[in-house]
Order: sequence, then structure tokens, then C-alpha cells
Amino acid sequence: MRYDEIFAAMLKRAKELLADGTVNRVIGWKRGEFSYDVTPAVFETPEELDAGFVYDAFCGANVSKYLIRESEKPGRILCFLKPCDSFSFNQLLTEHRIRRENVYAVGIPCEGMADVKRIRAAGIDGITGIREEGERFIVSTLYGEESMDRREALAERCLCCKSKRHPVFDELIGDEGEDAPDDARFAEVARLETMTAEERFDFWRGELSRCIRCNACRNVCPACTCENCVFDNPASGISQKAAADSFEESMYHIIRAFHVAGRCTDCGECSRVCPENIPLHLLNRKFIKDIDELYGAYRAGDKADARNPLVNFTEGDAEARIVHERGKA
Amino acid sequence: MQVKEATGFVPTIVAFCCNWCSYAGADLSGTNRLSYPANVKIIRVPCSCRVNPIFFLRAFQRGADGVILCGCHPGDCHYTTGNYYTRRRMTLLFSMLDYLGIERNRTRVEWVSAAEGQKFAETMRSFAEEIAALGPNRRLADLRCRKDAEEAGITDERGSGDAV
Repeated sequence: MRYDEIFAAMLKRAKELLADGTVNRVIGWKRGEFSYDVTPAVFETPEELDAGFVYDAFCGANVSKYLIRESEKPGRILCFLKPCDSFSFNQLLTEHRIRRENVYAVGIPCEGMADVKRIRAAGIDGITGIREEGERFIVSTLYGEESMDRREALAERCLCCKSKRHPVFDELIGDEGEDAPDDARFAEVARLETMTAEERFDFWRGELSRCIRCNACRNVCPACTCENCVFDNPASGISQKAAADSFEESMYHIIRAFHVAGRCTDCGECSRVCPENIPLHLLNRKFIKDIDELYGAYRAGDKADARNPLVNFTEGDAEARIVHERGKA
Repeated sequence: MQVKEATGFVPTIVAFCCNWCSYAGADLSGTNRLSYPANVKIIRVPCSCRVNPIFFLRAFQRGADGVILCGCHPGDCHYTTGNYYTRRRMTLLFSMLDYLGIERNRTRVEWVSAAEGQKFAETMRSFAEEIAALGPNRRLADLRCRKDAEEAGITDERGSGDAV
């Protein structure tokens, strides 16, 4: 389905469900300062929906984390979930973070979301909107319209999409999707693994040293839902501000990734919101890849009754020395 | 006796030992008059499962050159299953450190029972020698926490900030 078709179907369904009293509120997306600056928003009336609700290739934001707070409020909320968001939603349900009875989840199909950073990198500036025409994106700008190959504008996480299937939903718009093959997702991790330790160290220093500790990756992550974060503790060893030295950068990012290991659904929001373009998803994917290789294939958010591999074990698990022996033939 | 490299580098090693097996194993190696390197600073924990990744990173931050975690053999945990979780957690942590280019041999997990005083001493000796050979921890050091940073030749390892 095209974005405008999905949008029309969503708007129609939202108004119906509001009218018949099934839901009291709708969480969707609204424009921010700029057209590509889309942010999740809650709408309570059909008029508000008409005025503010949008959906296009810039609506990459994952709304599932907002449902933690929203489902605590009285009444029921309607949410539209892309497959990525459905996995996060399901994982949060597994962790009992969302009141399921207060949420009406509608699964929407997704053919990938545009990454404004990649569009800009292609030399297109002054972006005012995006629409699709066949296999191309038409980006309207202050200076006229630019046509772009779809694959050049899609976010990295969409180029190696993990699934178009909804693990949980109350109803679907469009057809039920299928899982995508997994190999492409781990190609970059595998490439880093073949480097020497020195090269990897240099690579990550180059990336992590740009971190300004804005905490956007933590705040947007649908798996990072602690009321009190370990980094809010003044005794955690690192401060809540720009890193003073390389240790703080490594510590923050190792622990951030570790705390979502086994729960990360690889929705890629961390990398999307990073103002410094640090490929944070590569840290999360490393954990996913290791878990798959060592403890069997596991997909967070797929099955609500599955047990997180980090709070599970078998007697025959590999010893930690497997890491030390790796690469020594 | 401390393990010392020819260059004069004396490594600092932190050993997290579980109360029920490895700490008793360390005790046994002492009562048996087996010597193990004085570089090893033991921190007693109720169970190896008490150790979370932050403990490892904090130890490195505060000046450790190597960190080792000792617990009961799998199946012998005082709390039945604690060390099974430790095993998964530490395997993933070590793999992540390796992925970030931090020397993987600075970290280790060993299972030492209360009856293995000999194994405790040998493990600590081999680990201390390995760390001495690796040299000071530079890649995961916090400059502000190391008074000897200059002598040890530790500088800020931050890159230029350019993407690679």
C-alpha cells in the first residue's frame, strides 16, 4: 500500500472508532517545526485528527513506548503500529509495562521509512515534503521537486528490514506481512568482527567520541523503560553530561546496549534519533547476533510468552572463554 | 610477591570472588601456604551472579588492568542457578568488549570451588602474568582516576572525532 492509501485508511478507521466509543484517544504522528520533523501526538476528536494527524515516509517514530504512560490513563487509546513498532509493543506487553486492555492496536503495513539524513547527504536541502511515485520518492523542497531512488532515501534499518509481520494486533490495515530473511541485518556486524582489535577500537573511538550524551538514544528506546535509570544515579561512575574522557563514552554505550540485550527488537530508533549519526544499532545487533549464535535464534517481541535469553540458561551453555578462543585457529 | 614486567609495570588485578566457593578457595590457598600474586585484590560478592557489567567497567575505571570473576562450578551454585546466569551475561559482555576493540584477555571467568586452593593460586598467577604481559589498561581507563597516568603512558584514547 502507498503511504497516502494507508493514511486515508487510518484516518477513516480512527474516526469510526472514536465515533462508536471503542477508543477515547488516538496516538499518531503530527508535524513538528519542519515537515520531516514528525513527532508522536495524541488526538482526542475528529477535528484534531483532521488538523494535525499526518502519515508519510517521515513517520518513522516508534509510538509503542508512549503507550506505557498512555495506557495508564483512563479510557482506551487507539494506536497504529508499523511491524517494527508491533514487535516493541509485544515486548513491552511481555514485560507487563503496558495495560493491554487500554490499548486498541491496529497494524499498518510498512514499505520502509525515509531517512532525512540520507536525503540531505544526497545534496537535497530545504525539504518541505515527501511523496512516492512508483519506485521513486519525490521530495519537494523550497527550490522545487527532486526525484530520488527509493533505496537511496530509505533508512538503513529499512533496507535490511527484519519483518513485515505483526506479532500482535487487534485489527490490520492491509495484508498480513511475512518475516524477512535475517542475513542482511548482520552484514555490518560481521564485517566489524573480521577486523583486528586495533581497527575495531579505532572505528568505535571515531564513532563514540562524537557522543554528546544528549540521552536521546536512551529516551527514545522502547526497551529502555526503567523509571530510574542507572545513569541518573550520581554514584554510577559517569556523569549525566558530555563525556569527560573516552572511558565515559565506552561505559555509557556498553551499558546502554547491555541493558536492552535480549529485549532489543532492533527497531533502530536509537540510530535514527542520534544527532551525531553514531551507528548505535550496531551495538544492539552485536548482542542479538551473539545471542542467536550462542543460545539459539531468538527474536525479542515475537512471542509474548518467550523467555529472555539473559534470564534463562541451559546446563550446556558455552563458557565465557569462547570469546577468548575466538579467532585463534 | 607481585608479578612485575621487566619494564617495571605492576598490574592491578581485581578478582570478584563468590562467598561460597571462590572466596573459600582463596582462603584455602592461604591456609595451605600457597602463594598467589599480591597484585590480586579480592572483592567478595554473595554470588558470582551479583556481579553486573558495571562492576567490571568500574573496576577498569578505577585503575584495574585486569578483572577476573570467580564463582562456584556450574551446578554447584549456593543459590542453585546464579552462576548459570553469570555465564551467559559475562560471555556477552566479554564479546562486546572484544567488539569494541578492548583486549579480551583483560577479562576472565573461572570456576573455583572451596576445595580448589591450588587452582585458585594457579589461576591468579596465570592471569596476573597475562595482564603483566598485556601492559597497562589504556583502552578502558579513566584518566581522572589514575594518578600514575603519565608514568604508565596512558593518554586520552579519544579519536579525532571524524567518522571512520
